Amino acid sequence: MKVRIKFSKYGALRFIGHLDVMRYFQKAIRRAGIDIAYSEGFSPHQIMSFASPLSVGHTSEGEYFDIEVNTFTGEYDMQQRLQAVKVEGIDILKVKLLSEGEGNAMASVAAASYLVSFRDENILPSGWQDELLKFYNQPSIPVIKETKKGEKEIDLKESIYDLQIRPGILHKGQERAAETEIYLLLNASSGGNIKPAFVLETFFKTMDYEIPPFAMLVHRLDTFRNPGTEEERKLVPLIWEE
Amino acid sequence: MRKLALNDEILMQVEKPARYIGNEVNAVMKDKNQVDIRFAMCFPDVYEIGMSHLGIQIIYDMLNQFEDVWCERVYSPWVDLDQIMRKENIPLFALESQDPIRNFDFLGITIQYEMCYTNILQVLDLSSIPLLAKERTDDDPIVIGGGPCTYNPEPICDFFDLFYIGEAETRYRELLDLYKECRAQKLDRKEFLKRAAYIPGMYVPSLYEVAYKEDGTIKERIPLIDDLPMTIIKEMVTDVSHTYYPEKPIVPFIKVTQDRVVLEIQRGCIRGCRFCQAGQLYRPVRERSLEMLKDYAVKMLENTGHEEISLSSLSSSDYSGLPELLDFLIAKCGEKKINISLPSLRIDAFSLDVMNKVQDVKKSSLTFAPEAGSQRLRNVINKGLTEEIILSGAHLAFEGGWSRVKLYFMLGLPMETEEDIRGIAELCNKIAAEFYETVPKEKRTGRVQIVASTSFFIPKPFTPFQWAPQCTKEEFLEKAYLTRTAIASQLNQKSIKYNWHEADVSVLEGIFARGDRRLNQVILKAYQKGCIYDAWSEYYKNDVWLQTFKECGIDISFYTTRERKDDEIFPWDFLDCGVTKQFLLREWHNAQKEVVTPNCRMQCNACGAARFKTGVCLEKREEQLS
Repeated sequence: MKVRIKFSKYGALRFIGHLDVMRYFQKAIRRAGIDIAYSEGFSPHQIMSFASPLSVGHTSEGEYFDIEVNTFTGEYDMQQRLQAVKVEGIDILKVKLLSEGEGNAMASVAAASYLVSFRDENILPSGWQDELLKFYNQPSIPVIKETKKGEKEIDLKESIYDLQIRPGILHKGQERAAETEIYLLLNASSGGNIKPAFVLETFFKTMDYEIPPFAMLVHRLDTFRNPGTEEERKLVPLIWEE
Repeated sequence: MRKLALNDEILMQVEKPARYIGNEVNAVMKDKNQVDIRFAMCFPDVYEIGMSHLGIQIIYDMLNQFEDVWCERVYSPWVDLDQIMRKENIPLFALESQDPIRNFDFLGITIQYEMCYTNILQVLDLSSIPLLAKERTDDDPIVIGGGPCTYNPEPICDFFDLFYIGEAETRYRELLDLYKECRAQKLDRKEFLKRAAYIPGMYVPSLYEVAYKEDGTIKERIPLIDDLPMTIIKEMVTDVSHTYYPEKPIVPFIKVTQDRVVLEIQRGCIRGCRFCQAGQLYRPVRERSLEMLKDYAVKMLENTGHEEISLSSLSSSDYSGLPELLDFLIAKCGEKKINISLPSLRIDAFSLDVMNKVQDVKKSSLTFAPEAGSQRLRNVINKGLTEEIILSGAHLAFEGGWSRVKLYFMLGLPMETEEDIRGIAELCNKIAAEFYETVPKEKRTGRVQIVASTSFFIPKPFTPFQWAPQCTKEEFLEKAYLTRTAIASQLNQKSIKYNWHEADVSVLEGIFARGDRRLNQVILKAYQKGCIYDAWSEYYKNDVWLQTFKECGIDISFYTTRERKDDEIFPWDFLDCGVTKQFLLREWHNAQKEVVTPNCRMQCNACGAARFKTGVCLEKREEQLS
């Protein structure tokens, strides 16, 4: 039986990289006494698949992974068990038993939504909000993207599904709310993943401004799959309401 | 929500920020306003090394069981963060509360190897604690040292207020109560230390002076208060089955060296190898009960979620309940897919059978530690392993499907000749030959792989070899060269790979190991010139060290290659680890006569540890049983 788990990552945990978060959950699952399935062979490992890795330094309330279990004790029970053995900085938000034939978390990811804010907005060039909306409203945004195979030109516009400027609100693990937040809904599929920092770095370059390293705070809101088609997207969170 | 001591920009810049954020599973959080004593426990090396140390986990667990104490951890910031902290004046902090170390009541430092001495100064310096104990005020924490290197604390005694000699489980409560009492009476630091000097196991170096003879050796130790104890006896747990042991060890986020549950099955060793310091310091051998070990194994696995458990001791094969313990663990761990790792097992039919059950034979290798290449030299060092035992073990293993063998040797042992060194190569060759004789051609998947490693022998305090001269760097390298040539001339040389250790650092380790108080200035100066992380070859600056010894007017041969007379007073003679100097001297003479001494289970050799009235000293011996 395949079970999907949604969790948040905040506070000091933002400095724990993706591989170490996987290690954390391998141990947490043992501590929680979850009857997880193991691979065959001499050194069996837990059957586990993570959705989209989160960059070090980012926070999130929309992380997912799937596990294969031999015994299913109920969605609420599993959520409670994992929550009982957690550290500060990780919360188990939801657990869902997947039906037969459901694609795994990693392969399902189509998009992710983010809130980006700035440690200090005063360093930004004035009028950047209007410019950002103009930037987004262009019919196309040709950019050079570095991939594993080298550089290639893409139209960034095709990968930005939504962009809004909002007043900041206080998120869990934050000391204070930011003045402004940028909401981004971006392509997060394995072939076309776009990082929020890349979008904003590209934008600020058009204003002849180079944003200093670590100036942005990135928070992932959710990760989505696309049960619709390429042309007519229908994005739903990886754990959805029936 | 805890506020981190380092800001995001710094944490995003440094390698592995998880080293500095704390918050791991089972880390202990307390309300600092609800405790009387803040204790910072330090391992002066990088997080991944420090977090792998069992001793700290035991002390951390014990101190946090005390309601009035909050024990936190601190490790050496890695070189990248070290630079940032100095540049930006950021005080060193404890992982749990992220509060500056300087505000703590105690800074406890475990001293596991000599090459961490400059890192001790790094930790003090980054904490803004004066490096010299005599310059500290009532605002500074009490700096207390413990661990194996404190069995010769003299080379670093200027940096410590206090040393705790022996096992931590016994006297901390008393020491902390004294501290609280002194504070309530508004007594100062000096008065606390004076009183602490009367608690068994505590050594306050500032209360003693040392006078030297003209030849540079020690004339006498002079106590600055009349009735101070002149000998400090090590502290020791008599009942290791009913004492502190962590049920909930901390689980790091990042992969550390010891990424598993560690079950310490016994303390001490019955063997008495003459080069081995641990074998003498922790006498007598004391076994933990099977009942306790089974109980802790289950609890620790449940509380950590680790996928591996390792048995820890100096010689696990000597633990009398080993078969029953392993049966239990194999049954328990099998159902939960937990690995069992078995270091320090003697290779015989029993251990091969167990290894066959818990490891992938094709991937694992066998380890032998003959330490010396010839039987004669093995008799000198009292290593009971014979060529016959090694070859029959290898034969059994090759039959069982193993084809990789690791061998550990030492070069530069007392009374070593070229013949002994050639013996290393010959033994490797014989093992390879054994493989080709045992395994028929059609069953071989390739060559047998033999990896021989040599380290350079460093005489250590409280061993029979504490009188022995150490080799020079040139002699060490010549011996390594000879070993390499001898291996290259063997028939099966293509199956043998040879690794050797660096010589520079072995010389320095030797100086510190048998050093005296005059070395404090050298260590301080070398640190001020930028020496830290000396245990990491990429940061070890041999030229700076040599230059510093010269500047301080210290002849390193006095500490290393010099012949020591039988009646010389050593810098560490004022400590008593249970084993008497007469016994060690007798063993030194036995070594020279190539006479083997039986192990503690076979016969009591009157080493002196029997006065602790525990462990193997109370067992019926084999000859008495038969």
